[in-house]
Amino acid sequence: MDNLANGGWLPVAFLALMGIAMLAYVVLDGYDLGVGILLRRADDAQKDQMISSIGPFWDANETWLVLGVGILLTAFPLAHGMILTALYLPVALMLLGLSLRGVAFEFRTKAPPARKVMWNWVFYGGSLLASFSQGLMLGLYVTGFAGGAAHWAFAILTGACLCAGYALLGATWLIIKTEGAVQLKAVMWARGSLLLTGGGIAAISIVTPSLSEQIFNKWFALPNLFLLAPIPIATFILFLTIYRSLQRLPTRLAAGNEYGAWVPFAATVGIFCLAFYGLAYSLFPWLVVDKITIWQAASAKESLMIIFVGAMVVLPAIIGYTAFAYRVFWGKARALTYY
Amino acid sequence: MFDLDPIMLARAQFGANITFHILFPTITIALGWLLLFFKLRYNYTHDEKWMDAYKFWVKIFALTFALGVVSGITMSFQFGTNWPGFMATVGNIAGPLLAYEVLTAFFLEATFLGIMLFGQQRVSNRAHTLATLIVAAGTTLSAFWIIVLNSWMHTPAGFEMINGQAHATDWLAIIFNPSFPYRFTHMLLASGLTVAFLVSGISAYRWLRNDRSASVMATLKTGVYLAAALIPLQIFAGDMHGLNTLKHQPAKVAAMEGLWETTKGAPLLLFAWPDGEKRMNHAELSVPNMASLILTHKLDGEVKGLNEFKGAHPPVLQVFWAFRVMVGTGMAMLLVSWLCVYSLKRKPTFIKPLAYTLVAMTFSGWVATVAGWYVTEIGRQPYLVYGVLKTANAASAVPSALIATTFAMYIALYLALIVAYVSVVFHLARSAGKPIPATPVTVLNSLLETA
Ligand code: HDD
Ligand code: HEM
Ligand code: HEM
Repeated sequence: MDNLANGGWLPVAFLALMGIAMLAYVVLDGYDLGVGILLRRADDAQKDQMISSIGPFWDANETWLVLGVGILLTAFPLAHGMILTALYLPVALMLLGLSLRGVAFEFRTKAPPARKVMWNWVFYGGSLLASFSQGLMLGLYVTGFAGGAAHWAFAILTGACLCAGYALLGATWLIIKTEGAVQLKAVMWARGSLLLTGGGIAAISIVTPSLSEQIFNKWFALPNLFLLAPIPIATFILFLTIYRSLQRLPTRLAAGNEYGAWVPFAATVGIFCLAFYGLAYSLFPWLVVDKITIWQAASAKESLMIIFVGAMVVLPAIIGYTAFAYRVFWGKARALTYY
Repeated sequence: MFDLDPIMLARAQFGANITFHILFPTITIALGWLLLFFKLRYNYTHDEKWMDAYKFWVKIFALTFALGVVSGITMSFQFGTNWPGFMATVGNIAGPLLAYEVLTAFFLEATFLGIMLFGQQRVSNRAHTLATLIVAAGTTLSAFWIIVLNSWMHTPAGFEMINGQAHATDWLAIIFNPSFPYRFTHMLLASGLTVAFLVSGISAYRWLRNDRSASVMATLKTGVYLAAALIPLQIFAGDMHGLNTLKHQPAKVAAMEGLWETTKGAPLLLFAWPDGEKRMNHAELSVPNMASLILTHKLDGEVKGLNEFKGAHPPVLQVFWAFRVMVGTGMAMLLVSWLCVYSLKRKPTFIKPLAYTLVAMTFSGWVATVAGWYVTEIGRQPYLVYGVLKTANAASAVPSALIATTFAMYIALYLALIVAYVSVVFHLARSAGKPIPATPVTVLNSLLETA
């Protein structure tokens, strides 16, 4: 590992930082995009209640994406150019989706009431488009931008799967943050998206190794097989946990008992973390599969060091005040008013 | 049709995006501070009119902020996709600056925005005032970092080139590069003026619609006095900025003045049509010796002409006219704001023609700001980083067809959003005076309160 000596650890540290930012993004913006995907299924007052549950958070959630891309840009400029050029179209679609969703937050309550219906649709459409394009990007990325019909089909599968996963995050978030009819609906939505997510993850896990030799070798070489085995097992256990909890919740919630209402969300976050870990394990140390490693892509050491020191000082503060913001809005969402 | 030059397309796309983006930060930077002002006034006087002012303008702030965020996220992706050569050459300097903007400013403002907008009932009044302060400081800090980077691109300092890559040698010199203090001051003042005219324009609009509550009068006065106080400062700051530019980027100043030959006692052109092909101006209308007086403080001082920089100066027509649009708007702002102050002081009530003028100038800050940025950015051409990297060498390898498609999509999106934004701002102004009709939100709200 001479790569690690002599400042070579910095790219690894930045990879970890970028990984944390991306994972934080997927989980955090995942739940609010998920709420957007589910929006269409609720009636008008419920829509307001659902959006109240994410209103104070979405902007900060999206900032993790800016950080992740920022690190890719500043720490691995070579890979940034390659990845974002290869993903130009899905990225543009994602930006379109995020823009529409973001402005709809504001326009839906401030435009003349007659327009509200339209902005609700924009909110839903934007959330769905952003989620699907992110899945598309993931699929294309994992296969090293190989192109070809099979890879695109795979990418479309990951796109659909990510929408289901976000919907699951969103529904389980709503179970925590809402009450009454929406909460019960959210349990039903969570059941539906749980099945879709489970099917999707299984399909992706089967297809992935067959698309990349690199990943196949990593998964099925001998010590690795045992080291990796806990991931699918733990994932399966989490799925079961969510499934059982969703079975019990409706009667309990109807009786006003909130015990265990956070379990499905926490377990879903666990599934996302495991999937992320599996992915990171499969790809390391490649930034672009079979093309660029993190060491080939990194920028100059002194500049990385400056950012690293800054990040080490500022990130704890960010985590601290983010926790504070979540505490301020702890408990059930109230209607969003500015005063 | 897709044999369009990818460099031109990438530039046009980036220019369109950042033009759209800057409209919103220009408002949020100063409006954050103004909201803090309203809030503090209310805390001290307990006069409801300041709370009403806060409640109305915080809505516009939230809307503007959302547009700034989504367009900013688009920017952060395009930075790499449209200018890979930029990061490859000066990434070691641009990278840390961008990273510090995200780490120190974006998270701060985005997180406390939630508390500022929706937390009023959940935190103490003190904490809420503090959240407002943090959001205002966060937007200003974000402007600080991005203007550092932008100024460094105009007047690079504190680095050395090794194998065609810039390496930082002195971070303080990079941050406080020669044009930074001028550009940052000028931009913050531009933001203040944009908001001053936005607030006075919308207040005048409400006043004209017979919504003459104490809060409308208070915001009208605040806006007008703010404009009247800031505009002389802006003109002075702009003049200093120009003198500094003359020192570091003389070709840009020659383009702003439309001066082809180096001249002693150069005239100030009020009107002209610069012709880049023939290298001369058509239809000149000028004040003799004025340009020399402004730029050198001597009637017969020498000003360098564009012909000294053949092949390495910016396109003249755009810079020349953008500069006149900015300065012209600034002069109009001076005239109107001072007339309004005079009228507010002298007359028992405000007068209609001035109110109409203010309404017409609601978004005049946007015009001057965008024109100013065009002077600055187009005036730097053909360089991307002045004297270090040419724009043509930084462009991307993305095929033109792809850029053209997404470009069309962005333009359609932006036009729609600008129309929606402006009409919703006026819609909010119209509905502000009236009691709010029962919408699902208010119904839900009262239900939750009784529950
Ligand atoms: C941190 C960097 C940065 C910042 C803060 C700005 N720009 Fe810029 N601008 C660039 C970095 C840049 C650039 C990447 O350097 C471009 C691309 C091509 C070029 O020459 O410079 C550019 C070009 C560019 C062009 C096209 C010029 C041409 O091709 O002739 C326009 C119209 C603008 N910009 C407008 C703006 C506006 C309205 C800004 C207000 C915020 C602004 N720029 C801030
Ligand atoms: C080079 C081009 C630029 C890039 C890449 C960029 C990037 C961004 C991004 C990613 C955001 C969203 C942050 C969030 O999530 O809150 C943002 C917002 C913001 N930007 Fe920019 N920006 C650029 C130019 C500018 C300029 C020139 C200014 C100011 C003078 C500016 C000031 C701001 C401010 C104050 C915000 C806060 C959000 C808002 O006001 O709506 N930016 N920018
Ligand atoms: C009326 C007198 C004014 C003068 C003499 C003046 C001067 C200048 C000059 C010389 C530049 C270019 C500097 C460079 O590129 O190096 C500039 C840029 C700019 N101006 Fe003005 N300006 C004036 C009014 C205004 C007003 C009223 C606004 C907005 C409300 C404004 C907003 C801007 C902006 C946003 C820029 C680009 C950023 C920068 O380089 O500072 N200016 N101005």
